Amino acid sequence: MLTRTKLFSASLNSFGGEPNSHIDSVCLGLPGTLPVLNRHAVELAMRVGLALGAEVRPSIFARKNYYYPDMPKNYQISQYDRPINVGGSLELPSGKVVGTVRAHLEEDTGKSTHVGGAGRIDDAAWSLVDYNRAGVPLLEIVSHPDLRSAAEAREYVTELRATLLAVGASDGKMEEGSLRVDANISVRPLGSAEFGTRCEVKNVNSLRSLGRALEYEARRQIDLLSSGERVTQETRHWNEDTGRTSPLRSKEEATDYRYFPEPDLVPLVPDPAWIERVRAELPLLPRQRRHRLAAATGQPPARLALVVERGQDELALETTEAGADPEAVLKHLEQNLADGTGRLTAAGLAGLITMEQSGELTSNQVKEVLAEMVTSGESPATVARRAGFEAVGAGELAGVVDRIIAEHPAEWQRLRAGDDRERKKMQGFFTGQVMRATKGQANGRDVAALLADRAGS
Amino acid sequence: MADRISRHDVAHVAWLARLELGDEELERFTTQLADVLDYAAEVEALNLDGVPATSHPYPVGNVLRDDVPEPGLDRAEVLAQAPETEAGQFRVPPVRGEAP
Amino acid sequence: MTAAPAAAIAAAVRAGERSASSAVQESLAAIAAGGELGAFNAVTAEAALARAEAIDSAVAAGEDPGPLAGVPVALKDNICTRGTPTTCSSRILDGWEPPYDATVVDLLNAAGAVVVGKTNMDEFAMGSSTENSAFGPTRNPHDPARVPGGSSGGSAAAVAGGLTTLALASDTGGSIRQPAALCGIVGMKPTYGRVSRYGLVAFASSLDQIGPMACTVADAALLYSVIAGHDPRDSTSIPEPVGDLNGALAGDVDGLRVGVVSELCGEGIDADVLARLESAAGALASAGAEVGEVSVPAAVFGLSAYFLIAPAEASSNLARYDGVRYGLRVAAPGATDMNVATRTAGFGDEVKRRIMLGTFALSAGYYDAYYGKALKVRTLVTRDFAAAYERFDVLLAPTSPTVAFRLGERTANPLAMYLSDVCTVASNLAGHPAISVPFGSGADGLPVGVQVMAPALGEDVMFRTAAALERLLPATASTHSAGAVTKGTAP
Ligand SMILES: [Mg+2]
Ligand SMILES: [Zn+2]
Repeated sequence: MLTRTKLFSASLNSFGGEPNSHIDSVCLGLPGTLPVLNRHAVELAMRVGLALGAEVRPSIFARKNYYYPDMPKNYQISQYDRPINVGGSLELPSGKVVGTVRAHLEEDTGKSTHVGGAGRIDDAAWSLVDYNRAGVPLLEIVSHPDLRSAAEAREYVTELRATLLAVGASDGKMEEGSLRVDANISVRPLGSAEFGTRCEVKNVNSLRSLGRALEYEARRQIDLLSSGERVTQETRHWNEDTGRTSPLRSKEEATDYRYFPEPDLVPLVPDPAWIERVRAELPLLPRQRRHRLAAATGQPPARLALVVERGQDELALETTEAGADPEAVLKHLEQNLADGTGRLTAAGLAGLITMEQSGELTSNQVKEVLAEMVTSGESPATVARRAGFEAVGAGELAGVVDRIIAEHPAEWQRLRAGDDRERKKMQGFFTGQVMRATKGQANGRDVAALLADRAGS
Repeated sequence: MADRISRHDVAHVAWLARLELGDEELERFTTQLADVLDYAAEVEALNLDGVPATSHPYPVGNVLRDDVPEPGLDRAEVLAQAPETEAGQFRVPPVRGEAP
Repeated sequence: MTAAPAAAIAAAVRAGERSASSAVQESLAAIAAGGELGAFNAVTAEAALARAEAIDSAVAAGEDPGPLAGVPVALKDNICTRGTPTTCSSRILDGWEPPYDATVVDLLNAAGAVVVGKTNMDEFAMGSSTENSAFGPTRNPHDPARVPGGSSGGSAAAVAGGLTTLALASDTGGSIRQPAALCGIVGMKPTYGRVSRYGLVAFASSLDQIGPMACTVADAALLYSVIAGHDPRDSTSIPEPVGDLNGALAGDVDGLRVGVVSELCGEGIDADVLARLESAAGALASAGAEVGEVSVPAAVFGLSAYFLIAPAEASSNLARYDGVRYGLRVAAPGATDMNVATRTAGFGDEVKRRIMLGTFALSAGYYDAYYGKALKVRTLVTRDFAAAYERFDVLLAPTSPTVAFRLGERTANPLAMYLSDVCTVASNLAGHPAISVPFGSGADGLPVGVQVMAPALGEDVMFRTAAALERLLPATASTHSAGAVTKGTAP
């Protein structure tokens, strides 16, 4: 989570840096040290909970006991049976609603590097431990088994990430480990109501990997079942290079974490006033922004995900409010403004759309003007005038059309007498000739109208 | 009532606690732990239905710290305490298997 | 026994009438002379003398070094001291020097006290005799063949033997009060959360408290008021301010309601100890207190909950000693083997026993039957005390069921050793303050302590009662009581 300091101590929460340069007595678990909870981490957790529509509850911390060299105390302080956020859901752009079970606070571990051997964990010659990450606040969000495909899983993580970014809880950088995904997957025969045995896939470090790993794992499980074998419940490691998952080696017969209430911390009891104050700080969430734009444009939220994701929904709304055709607004944002809107204003975009629709500018000219407006922030009229984009006048255009019809009698005949397909083809031919003659300055709709008029149709 | 804890149980908890016991120790600890558990079983006579758990003796809540950094520890000082170090890190024999 | 009380030393040093250096030198000389007690793990003579000189210079410059100016204080070796090894009397912390001072050490320094060294203890405070130390046992100054009690036996012996004026110790199930009783000094466990645990190496976090040991109640109160108070570094620290105790020490017990815990004045308590308890009750009654008997079943059955809660927390608190970051490492080919080899070599039997007991109590399939149940029993303990405190202001009980026992007497039988704490653990479970005051002697002329318990934040009335007992002791010279307590039938 995006705090300045660790969950239980005041050394820096920052990615990278020299190994063991952001450490203190508490996060190192030195004897005699005690944890003190970071208020900001709690409020970020509350923000996420509220964004998910979860219930923010009184909670306690517990110790999860297991040995691993990168865990300084050999227990992790986490929330177990009484997490801060319970329930909630996340609505995906598709409209699908994925339930969330809980979102709880816990501390991160340090980082081990395995040295020697082939760099693989199981034949390393020794390991090195860096505790910079130890004690960094994490929020673990557990979803219900509501996702039905790798694509949906990706959509879910994308939406979750957008929500986390929106509320300022995380920078969402999967490659830096600030957003990590453990994906549980099971398969079942078509029509079967019960879930199959699941496997948990770890080490998924990008959205793309998530899709690949789940596709692979689903196929593996289907193959097992098809050949009469069974799926064993286990944790599996995704290997990015081989594109496969493999079981994690586990020495212990069974993991027994021996959770119990953390005696060094006291209960966290957010009162209603505190919760409401945090709620009031929440920005509009991606879902709310999609719905808001949907109401303004009459388009389904699914279509608006991209515009919202790019943060262009505010501009879209203002442009629409300025009277521009919503469809034209969206089309420009989707197709021509992938790299950002720069200094483009709502009024400018609205004006440009008016010029485009009145035929003052051709579609090619619109693109050029738009690009210029993004950099300069000028009005479309100013840009168009400077570029010499004066639309070909109506009288002038009629002359050009007549001349080209005269120059191509055979083609003209085919246009007049041909079937639908032939007529469309020839219409394209004549439009092209007119455009070439006017160096693309003619308005396509006017050309079509003139051709129709001359053909007497 | 020496069956409150078996030799297998003791061997298992020793493993969970990263301790190794010889045969004699296993025998002795099993008997000693069973004695203590027998004594502790006194509480079985108490009616604990509906009694809430107490994990903190004094009721305090919402103890929070502002998210303000403070200078951490000097790395050299910390590493000087470690049994083995390398390149600014704590060096340990090879770790077999990933964290659970 | 020792020279001047702490209050007198500090007053003289502050007034420029005697030097801190002389006080510290006396202490260091006594420590050197009392080496056979095995009270100290480390003596920080050089630093102590330097600090004493600094205090003397401050006084000469007209500054006030504070209420403990120049007073030599020993610290139990589980209280972290920057740059001085803190061992918990365990091999596993071999060579470790904390990079910070415990909050209580900061407070001692700010009050002008001079730390003279670190005292021996049962390894990680697990024990009642100070025999479970990797550095050998501490002996009782009253009889070197006997234990000083534990786990804070080193601190108790240091104060009782006159090696130092004051000592800090920790009490998880009686580890301050029981050795204080066995050594004939005053030892007090504060309300849980009154004294910061920051820098106290944890045994059982929800039970541990640091507290004072001294020769007099007034000195214990003085040291307590220096170390008590809110600490933002300890989340379980109590925010309410600590009151002034001077009134309490001078106050009388006229009309004070004193309940003698019936479960702790019968079976399982030696007759000589019971005689002193009755004598103490009688003395209070003759001083105007309303003394009665009160049943607090939890005072006894709490012990079973303690056996499960303390080891459970300990099993987790002691997981960090794994040979990776500090302390002992025993080489082995893999990380896990190294953890096992290190812990197996680094911990003594008692620590291993408690770690395994606690691991078992928390483990899958046994949690509800053991740890989960113990937490509920803890609730009953608190309720039992609450009921008793509706009728009484303080409770009176023995501190230890016996006087100091012989070295080796209970080492073969852990359960017998655990029963040494039967009178003290309930206060830890409830988080209440309690103090042991010497009240004459029992078998073989060995000291007997009487325990005064009070409700949470009741240090005031607890000290008032303790001070009264101290004043009343000379009047009750013999080992026989005034017979003020009517024997009730224990359930
Ligand atoms: Mg977790
Ligand atoms: Zn087993």
